[in-house]
Amino acid sequence: MSETVTLTIDGTEITVPAGTTILDAAAQLGIEIPAICYHDSLKANGLCRVCSVDAGWRTNAAACVAECSQGMNVKTQTDEVVRNRRTILEMLSSTVDLSEAPGILALLKESGADPERFAEFKRRESPVYDDNPFYIRDYNQCINCWRCVQVCAEDAQFAFALSFDGRGFETRIGTFMNQGMPDTTCVFCGQCVGVCPTGALKPKRQVLLEQGMNPDDIFRETKRGRKPKREARGGNS
Amino acid sequence: MTDVMNQIDMALLEPIVKRFEGHRRDALLPMLHEAQAIYGWLPQAVQEAISQTLRVPAADVHGVIEFYTMFYNQPTAKKVIRICEGSSCHLAGSAAVIEAVESQLGLENGQTSADGSVTYELVPCLGMCEHGPNALNGTRTAGQLTAARVPEFLDGSYPEPGPKVFGSPRLALGRVGIVDPGSLEDYLAHGGYQGLGKALEMDPTTLIASNKTAEILGRGGAQFPMGVKAEMVRNAPAPASQKHVVVNADESEPGTFKDRTIMEGDPFSLIEAATLIGYIVGAENGWILIRGEYPRSFRRLQAAIAAARSAGYLGRDILGREGFHFDIELRLGAGAYICGEETALFEAVEGKRGFPRIKPPFPTTHGLFGQPTAINNVETLVMALAAFNAGEEAWNQMGTKQSPGTKLFCVSGHVEQPGTYEVPFGLTIRQLLEMAGGVRGGKQLKGCLVGGAAGVFVNPGMIDMPLTYEDARANQVPLGSGAIVVMDESVDVREMMIQLAHFFAHESCGKCFPCQIGTQRQLEILERVAAEGSRGAADLRALQDIGATMTQTSLCGLGQTAASAIMSAVKLWPELVA
Repeated sequence: MSETVTLTIDGTEITVPAGTTILDAAAQLGIEIPAICYHDSLKANGLCRVCSVDAGWRTNAAACVAECSQGMNVKTQTDEVVRNRRTILEMLSSTVDLSEAPGILALLKESGADPERFAEFKRRESPVYDDNPFYIRDYNQCINCWRCVQVCAEDAQFAFALSFDGRGFETRIGTFMNQGMPDTTCVFCGQCVGVCPTGALKPKRQVLLEQGMNPDDIFRETKRGRKPKREARGGNS
Repeated sequence: MTDVMNQIDMALLEPIVKRFEGHRRDALLPMLHEAQAIYGWLPQAVQEAISQTLRVPAADVHGVIEFYTMFYNQPTAKKVIRICEGSSCHLAGSAAVIEAVESQLGLENGQTSADGSVTYELVPCLGMCEHGPNALNGTRTAGQLTAARVPEFLDGSYPEPGPKVFGSPRLALGRVGIVDPGSLEDYLAHGGYQGLGKALEMDPTTLIASNKTAEILGRGGAQFPMGVKAEMVRNAPAPASQKHVVVNADESEPGTFKDRTIMEGDPFSLIEAATLIGYIVGAENGWILIRGEYPRSFRRLQAAIAAARSAGYLGRDILGREGFHFDIELRLGAGAYICGEETALFEAVEGKRGFPRIKPPFPTTHGLFGQPTAINNVETLVMALAAFNAGEEAWNQMGTKQSPGTKLFCVSGHVEQPGTYEVPFGLTIRQLLEMAGGVRGGKQLKGCLVGGAAGVFVNPGMIDMPLTYEDARANQVPLGSGAIVVMDESVDVREMMIQLAHFFAHESCGKCFPCQIGTQRQLEILERVAAEGSRGAADLRALQDIGATMTQTSLCGLGQTAASAIMSAVKLWPELVA
């Protein structure tokens, strides 16, 4: 695409190829718009809305998916934009355990958010799933960024082992009928673990190391549990 | 119970599997509905068979079932008793009915009887608000229920309610209550298909121009000019076989029932109206998605579509117009308010969880299956046909200059004569209430909820506002859904706010963070305020921060309006949170 558009971001003019997102255009100016769910290699879905900015629209624009247009005047630091960002982070902090998400914790600090503001309310709790030798799923730390679901599907692996349970606040990453990973179509490629922005998906070996187990024992422990050969499916209903 | 219900005879599924072979993912919702009709729920083996037949990943099939509240992956009875717990029914006295049903069934919300014969559920809004308190026994509708009549309701002998239509002139509702909704002949005898016949003699661009002059704005809520939308779809580069007309019949806005009134009372008019827009935009594929809570609308449209098709009103070379082909596929939703959002509705038709898409791109170029799509609400389409039939001059004589013609309003709650009212634009809320017999029992008016859960409260000082697009815009009152829920002086607005907050928390799809968490926190704050009293400024600021954040940053209209009614109540009655 050879067409270009010229816009203003926080008072500075910039010309970019048509189709460039506000997030990318801002980055070219050295303006870092914070975002949580966004990942360079994955399809952006505009989920966390932490990257919401004022682009002169009726509502804010999610910078990760909103494309620049001619004459657009983007403001990334208005009182409202900052308030919205802070409120989303405060609500997120009251919902899940962010202790192993240093990036998000830093954002909370930067935006002046009070992590305890909504602490009296319900958290999105989940059992910890330790059902395979490769990774542990602790959805108490899951922020619903969808990255694992996306890499498991069309964004990378086409394994389609993951989808969602419930909806709204109760939305959780889920497998077919809550099966353990060895019973699903998971191919244990590990990409979901690699893209997880929190401690929700963690290599089992890392967890055991953190628990103080020595590497030899870890090797024995995780080798023993190798995925059994797949039997004909449907026999365990 | 589980022992009885866990015996799954897979042979029963075979005819369905055979019929759906070769179909793709967009057949998922219909296939789930048909399978569930056999078993009452969707056991694992059934899900696996559906996954294999339609070549949809098993995890996705399960994820879809998890999304829609009317699909079950836990043992559930074939017969489900659903009682409406919406605001209008609550005002009409549903509490006594709920108590009677629960005690006679011996069940609580979500439970199934020990013999597996019946499941009982409370539902946020069944969209039969003019008949409140209302309920469904399986697919049989019931209205004006009282505790005394619950036994008849439960044994299936309680009569189904008839239409309650008022106002004049009746351009869109003229046949409702008069015509036999099951008879194409009767529809033709009452002027049916004359409009389409005339339109097919005309050039589509002329029809677009006259639609634009008629100023028909979307009657679903967003108030987007219909003619502009039609023109964009017409101009989108794709053959007619790759363009779509989608009828948004997922009318789920609490307090709203006008589209149901049309579909139940005059289903052929919707088919004719959809066919007309198909001709105008140059699309061959029609789709209607009806919300799962409207079994009677679904039945009547299903029969009407079949009758229209066999008489040549759907199919190829319609009404002898060579080269004009149009047919309609009917889809039944399964319990998800979000699917009234146009892109979430596409996802549902495509067999996915009803997650709204990011806009732009817009449906006019990237709609159903990523193809150009004209999506309109039921009233919008039928009103466009009505305007065409009335003729420009007569249409423009009604209403105001900027809001010509008539509009449907859904009046319910504490009012003498609840029902669907068709009136010219320009009547005030007060005049409409007077038409409806005023506040029930001669009580004082506390206020009205206008536009449904996504709307705003108005107090008695505001009811002289004329109901026109221009006045609605100036006063930031959403007009589209036409819902007017009347509250008398006895109403506890805090309770109403909690109901609305509960509704949004229940219906948020969970895609974007501000709505997913904000609807939950909004509800929790209001519940705590009601239980323990307010913390004053801190609570007010919290509600304002959450409300404004949802409004400004949510991905779709649901989150963007989830705080609308609540913030309007706080403004009118500050003591509620003070």
